[in-house]
Amino acid sequence: MAQVKMTVNGKAASGEVEGRTLLSSFLRDQLQLTGTHVGCDTSQCGACVVHVDGVAVKSCTMLAAEAEGADVATIEGQANADGSLNVIQQAFQDHHGLQCGFCTPGMVMSTASLLKENPKPTEAEVRAYLEGNICRCTGYHNIVKAIMAASGQDVSSIAAE
Amino acid sequence: MPKDAGIGASSKRREDVRFLTGVGNYTDDINVNGQAHVFFLRSDIAHGTLTSVDTAAAAGMPGVVQIFTGADFEAVGSIPCGWQVTDKHGEAMQEPRHPVLAHGKVRHVGEPIAAVVAETLEQARDAAEAIVVDISELPAVVDMKEAVKDGAPKVHDDLTSNLCYDWGFVEENKAATDKAFEDAAHVTTLELVNNRLVANPMEPRVAVGDYSRGTDDHTLYTTSQNPHVIRLLMGAFVLGIPEHKLRVVAPDVGGGFGTKIFHYQEEAFVTFAAKACNRAVKWTSSRTEAFMSDAHGRDHVSKIQLALDADNNFTALRTDTYANMGAYLSTFAPSVPTWLHGTLMAGNYKTPLIYVNVKAVFTNTVPVDAYRGAGRPEATYQLERVVDKAARELGVDPIALRRQNFITQFPYATPVAVEYDTGDYVATMDKLEEMGDFAGFEARRAESKKNGKLRGLGVNCYIEACGIAPSNLVGQLGARAGLYESATVRVNATGGLVVMTGSHSHGQGHETSFAQVVAEMIGIDESMIEIVHGDTSKVPMGMGTYGSRSIAVGGSAMVRATEKIIAKAKKIASHLLEASETDIELKDGAFSVAGTDKSVAWGDVTLAAYVPHNYPLEDIEPGLEETAFYDPSNFTYPSGAYACEVEVDPDTGKVTIDRFMAADDFGNIINPMIVTGQVHGGLAQGIGQALLENCAYDENGQLLSASYMDYAMPRADDLPMFNVDHSCQTPCTHNPLGVKGCGEAGAIGSPPAVVNAVVDALRSGGSDVTHVDMPLSPDRVWAAMQ
Repeated sequence: MAQVKMTVNGKAASGEVEGRTLLSSFLRDQLQLTGTHVGCDTSQCGACVVHVDGVAVKSCTMLAAEAEGADVATIEGQANADGSLNVIQQAFQDHHGLQCGFCTPGMVMSTASLLKENPKPTEAEVRAYLEGNICRCTGYHNIVKAIMAASGQDVSSIAAE
Repeated sequence: MPKDAGIGASSKRREDVRFLTGVGNYTDDINVNGQAHVFFLRSDIAHGTLTSVDTAAAAGMPGVVQIFTGADFEAVGSIPCGWQVTDKHGEAMQEPRHPVLAHGKVRHVGEPIAAVVAETLEQARDAAEAIVVDISELPAVVDMKEAVKDGAPKVHDDLTSNLCYDWGFVEENKAATDKAFEDAAHVTTLELVNNRLVANPMEPRVAVGDYSRGTDDHTLYTTSQNPHVIRLLMGAFVLGIPEHKLRVVAPDVGGGFGTKIFHYQEEAFVTFAAKACNRAVKWTSSRTEAFMSDAHGRDHVSKIQLALDADNNFTALRTDTYANMGAYLSTFAPSVPTWLHGTLMAGNYKTPLIYVNVKAVFTNTVPVDAYRGAGRPEATYQLERVVDKAARELGVDPIALRRQNFITQFPYATPVAVEYDTGDYVATMDKLEEMGDFAGFEARRAESKKNGKLRGLGVNCYIEACGIAPSNLVGQLGARAGLYESATVRVNATGGLVVMTGSHSHGQGHETSFAQVVAEMIGIDESMIEIVHGDTSKVPMGMGTYGSRSIAVGGSAMVRATEKIIAKAKKIASHLLEASETDIELKDGAFSVAGTDKSVAWGDVTLAAYVPHNYPLEDIEPGLEETAFYDPSNFTYPSGAYACEVEVDPDTGKVTIDRFMAADDFGNIINPMIVTGQVHGGLAQGIGQALLENCAYDENGQLLSASYMDYAMPRADDLPMFNVDHSCQTPCTHNPLGVKGCGEAGAIGSPPAVVNAVVDALRSGGSDVTHVDMPLSPDRVWAAMQ
């Protein structure tokens, strides 16, 4: 067991971990940040996406020890300071971009990363970027629409809900 | 103008806020003080005799609390099956024992052999590696037709064969159907496979068992679509725990699609082990475990024949299907290929004679049960593929052939035992033609050809039976349960309501749409209504959510309970207003005396119910809480017409969906935004089946597709934007909301549209291909073209 320290959602966090402890497990089990979900064991589904030093990472692919000293952002830290939904979260609600909610934290974190890299993505660019995030409920239509809307683009021509 | 609240409004979903901010409460988020963790050691062999399970070394490993094997469950009941099918000879199906942990034999890859309970999951997993299992391997049966041959290895030694049942429906129609085929001007025959799928909700299954020694109370937290059903099945049939000592909680559930209906061994195990170990025990499925332990879906092999007269009228239909049950009977498995499949074979057509034969077969594979649509996609796929093939053989337009044979008079009694109450198949087809711009298709095809691509158009119709189901009917058909729904509406003194529904929401948005209905009935704001579901200690009874039944059955129960609330509130209001009860009107959350300006607010009436100082105590009791059970008098029959346009790359066989149109008739609609989202999701799963997904076994019963590296889940760049319409509405005639249900339509209606489109594309390129089995992966499409 080793001590690990990092910043999570702007606050100092630390804990004792085994070498094999994944960052996703550390966040969920030790920090009780259960908004980060684990939907597979082959790093395919993307439900566990968080930001590590500003970069989107599947937290099931990273050991907690590797995040030593890192600045980690999770879904729990995404809302506005007053607790209201941020632009991406609000767009997902407005456009029904989620159903069961299980993939949603990863989708929101990936979207934040996408829009940072590419502030006005095309539909094809959104779909390509989501290659690593699987949703089983929505058929992606409303997720793509929500992301386009969150980027400030007019989505009124995309089939109505 | 669209409404902004109540029935018909696209109210934003209230549940979204917790999901979007990471504070949902899924089962794996629940940790009970002092809990231990269990890891299941599962069979990696499909069929074999379990000669020994040596746990001695493992028991001494760090952190191990206790290790269980099949021997520990000999006195425990079998995992039960909830539906008994009677075969064509009047005999009951063969029903094997289904142990919690394998004992004597293993019968599929993934079957649990031993369970290690330890302080941490890692310690449990480490210890499981030290268990020595000796299995004497036996030949496995995987192919259904091989499994029913004489001399085939038997999955269950105590059964007479691997045939679960041989079902004929409607047996009395068989001779007349065969005669109609002899007299037919044309017969179209098609053999096809409905590929095995894995439901794959993004949340893997989780179960946490807890036990209170002081009160002898058991609690199970589980990822279920129907916690009351689990309470009954596990309590009464497996562990012998009475319902009043067993609480089952299904909190936020991350998708179900059918596979979270069923009662699983892991639920029984953690409940049993919590008492045995005197501490809570938690199991979290990995995705790999999910692939080899969640009940699979579909897996039918069928031969369908359509008979037509000289004028192209359908005169008879017959179909022979082999349906895979897997190694054991999952909860509702026997009903899927029979009563949820045979009864749908009329589809949208007035075919007068239909005969359906289904042979259900045991194999050394994971059990197969309901997956989104459950039987109805299999029926629709056969029917809509054979109609399309018939149109090609006869050289007629496939849409015209369908229109010619549409049912147009309602109610309509089919030759397969169900009566459609309403529908308008002409209207949905008209709408589809408008949406699809079929007139422009040839120009688009020419453009594709210029780019070296083959373009195809596929159309189909569908009908489904939802709102399962009248209890007296399903009882006659073999269901071992009633299929009503219950709701309790509790009005608090200050006017807010808690609605406790036996339906369960795992993505469908009931917390929003159910509140819309009650808000509309009373005329109050939706925010005054809380929808509670998923906990047997809060909701008195429930049969849960599957078969697109929630609004049609659960919603109807809620309406009936709310009607009782309103009736009692009117009595109280009439007392407060000193008027006759028959003169009291409820509008916009206030009770008034007809023809006067006297009124009393909703909140004053509810306060009076709990502070009954001025109250008709001689006539009615204080309080305002009512329960209703609603048992439907018929199924509901949503229907629609779907179209798909594809481009096929002739060099690689890759299929790209260019556009997909869906015109559905769901009857009345509560929340159009949610309904559209349900259709989108269904379409993605149907298109996934048609193009991508396949659960594959090798001949030894090894599961080849046990991860997302091998099982092709639809991803964002596999799918187009969808064009969905539900403006055609023929309300259901027999439930109070006129609703039909929308959850499965997309998955039922889309596979034949895709395959019809691909066949059309290939033929446009000069191929004489008549059929390609799903999934239409590039290799299969390319091979079909050669």
